[in-house]
Amino acid sequence: MGSVGAKEVPVLLSPEGLRIDGRQLNELRPIRIQVGALHNADGSAFVEWGANKVMAAVYGPREVHPRHLQQNNKAVIQCKYNMAAFAVDERKRPGLDRRSQEISKVIGEAFESVVFAEEYPRTSIDIYIEVLQANAGTRCAGLVAASMALADAGIPMVDLLPAVAVGKIAGKIALDLKKEEDNFGDADLPMALVPQSGRLVLLQMEGHMTEDELSQSLELGVQGCREIYEKMKQALRERYATGPIGGSA
Amino acid sequence: MYASVLGLLSERPPVVQVIPLSGRYIPKPSDTVIGTVADVQGTFWLLDIGAPRWAPLHMTGTPWQIEVGETERFLRVGDAVVVQIESLEATGRIGVTMNGEGLGKLDGGTIVRISPARIPRVVGRNGSMIDTIRRLTGAEVVVGQNGRVWIGGTPEAIHRVSEVLRIIEENAQHSGLTDRVESYLRSTTPTGGQGPEEPPHEHAHRDAPPRVLNSAEPDEDAVAAEDEPPEPAEPGEH
Amino acid sequence: MSDEVSAEILTTHILDLAAEGKRLDGRGPNEYRPITVEPGFVTTADGSALVRIGNTAVLSGIKLEPGKPFADTPNAGVLTTNAELIPLSNAIFEPGPPQPGAIEVSRVVDRAIRAAETIDLARLCVTPGEKSWVCYVDIHCLDHTGNLIDAALMAAVSALCHATVPAKRFEVAEADYPLAVNHIPIECTFVRLGDAIVVDPTFDEERAAQGRITVATDEVGRVVAMQKGLVGAFSPDDVKDVVRRAFRHGERHRVLVKGGTP
Repeated sequence: MGSVGAKEVPVLLSPEGLRIDGRQLNELRPIRIQVGALHNADGSAFVEWGANKVMAAVYGPREVHPRHLQQNNKAVIQCKYNMAAFAVDERKRPGLDRRSQEISKVIGEAFESVVFAEEYPRTSIDIYIEVLQANAGTRCAGLVAASMALADAGIPMVDLLPAVAVGKIAGKIALDLKKEEDNFGDADLPMALVPQSGRLVLLQMEGHMTEDELSQSLELGVQGCREIYEKMKQALRERYATGPIGGSA
Repeated sequence: MYASVLGLLSERPPVVQVIPLSGRYIPKPSDTVIGTVADVQGTFWLLDIGAPRWAPLHMTGTPWQIEVGETERFLRVGDAVVVQIESLEATGRIGVTMNGEGLGKLDGGTIVRISPARIPRVVGRNGSMIDTIRRLTGAEVVVGQNGRVWIGGTPEAIHRVSEVLRIIEENAQHSGLTDRVESYLRSTTPTGGQGPEEPPHEHAHRDAPPRVLNSAEPDEDAVAAEDEPPEPAEPGEH
Repeated sequence: MSDEVSAEILTTHILDLAAEGKRLDGRGPNEYRPITVEPGFVTTADGSALVRIGNTAVLSGIKLEPGKPFADTPNAGVLTTNAELIPLSNAIFEPGPPQPGAIEVSRVVDRAIRAAETIDLARLCVTPGEKSWVCYVDIHCLDHTGNLIDAALMAAVSALCHATVPAKRFEVAEADYPLAVNHIPIECTFVRLGDAIVVDPTFDEERAAQGRITVATDEVGRVVAMQKGLVGAFSPDDVKDVVRRAFRHGERHRVLVKGGTP
């Protein structure tokens, strides 16, 4: 994602070790999670994460369309990650592109690892993720939103799935890159964690890191995921304590 | 390793599951549910009951004498019925029956949808809430465990019950819900009294189901067939 | 939540109520659900607005990019409108290429924006025949509980009202400047329920409807677009009636569209 007009590499790390938005290397951007943001879906959530705005909805378990996708012993989990045309600096042409399809696939598979799909044979659980405003880390924000939407839909899972990206900026490993850091950084490593087991169900990497840096990144990412996990549980508690059906969105 | 992590999660230990505030209806045996006919086959109908799958209602599961291929004369797509969950199979198949007290086809009135998780509040302890609603509105109310509630009566009564359902849905966590509902109903009783008002118009219920949507009338066979099945039992129970 | 199958008795009930001048949610025949307009919802867009009519939610974002004018209009900028009716917003929408419903919404909104001369396309021309701005109006439906068209146009027009031409970023001018908006079209949609014609239909009312009609008006007294949809018919007197009502709603909604700066 190139940004138009930004030609010079910004100073990503100050002499004091602070990032362009003043964060420490191991600090997350602010995250706000609203569970139950939509009225038609069986479950939904809206996540604002830094300057990302992501909506997720879950429909199902329901009858499978098209029917030939039906599986006799479990629910099929179908994930669609999509980005609004105006969500990025340079307008994105609407419709499916290769990037969206790849992200949809790996997110869908991450959820297949935690959803008890065998409880609902011959049905479909459809996860829709819409990125309305993007600022790096949208697949992680989408995963978190979708995870909350699945919980909101009452779909049984091994666990919620917190997710975060770790990257390398100015030679240092940093948690949760924002757009400028992503554009001018040296590496990007998004991951999703099953907190109960400590295992990763989504993992991608782009850029270059040494073996040591990679180990360090994994540890930082897991730590970040655990922090996000607390926020996710808190959002569910809030919804449960106060939630009239159909919040503000 | 999969211990529950939150107080609000269900008691089933290996599973993280929120008690859903939205979400679909998960059928349980002997639940009474309200469904809409989604498809008609030669020997059965498929009902949308808001569950993960459409539920087949076999023609032998009705009080009617039906020949193979005649199913459409009895129930058509869009018809509403009260049925009971009879069987749940490992394949996910949901068996339902229309044989039993309070089960049958619904005519007139309307259907309101709320979250299935709110149904216990609509019924109330020992049916106290639903009794209050019926008493103070004069409406007929059938509560489906799947979150669908059928309301019959005057438009006024239907509207008041719908409002009550909305109040319950929005305040389900609060205590004193019965009081809140009762005070709404008393404050909105048009006559100011306790009883329901006289219907200003002819009951739009069961006796004369108005069918004004399509200019094309149902064919004669279908009309004849509609008289044939016995009246569904009084759907006042749930 | 919307069912895949609509219950016939719900349709009948809606029609019975309409015959008495009543509606399911207690509204009058000429009453809108509450409307909110939130401009500037998306900062990556050059202009944006989130509009809610009741529980229907539509987000629109504007993007302006330098491009080439069409050969037959060398002195004008280019305007394109696109609506995404995504399956996130309602079970009736399927993933994949735009379906006829989405194309209809796009085109009805586009016609109103174009015919009302909402934006002065001549001012979006940079060098005649060679360089002009392309103004993309993208509409993203988030929650469809009825009356998408009115919400979509309000979102689009509000986004245009609050849009900035990114002239500096694309090195077309020294500084960015606000997009000039001339006229503000407002669309007003009605459905026939028996003999009644009600405004701002809910999803259930749209399914029960025997015809839908949309009228777009602007603030100088012009009708700028119309669309009759769904199965059903309207008499010329019906049309005159809804046009009159559309002008009145338009005045009020125009204030909402303009009001509130991001």
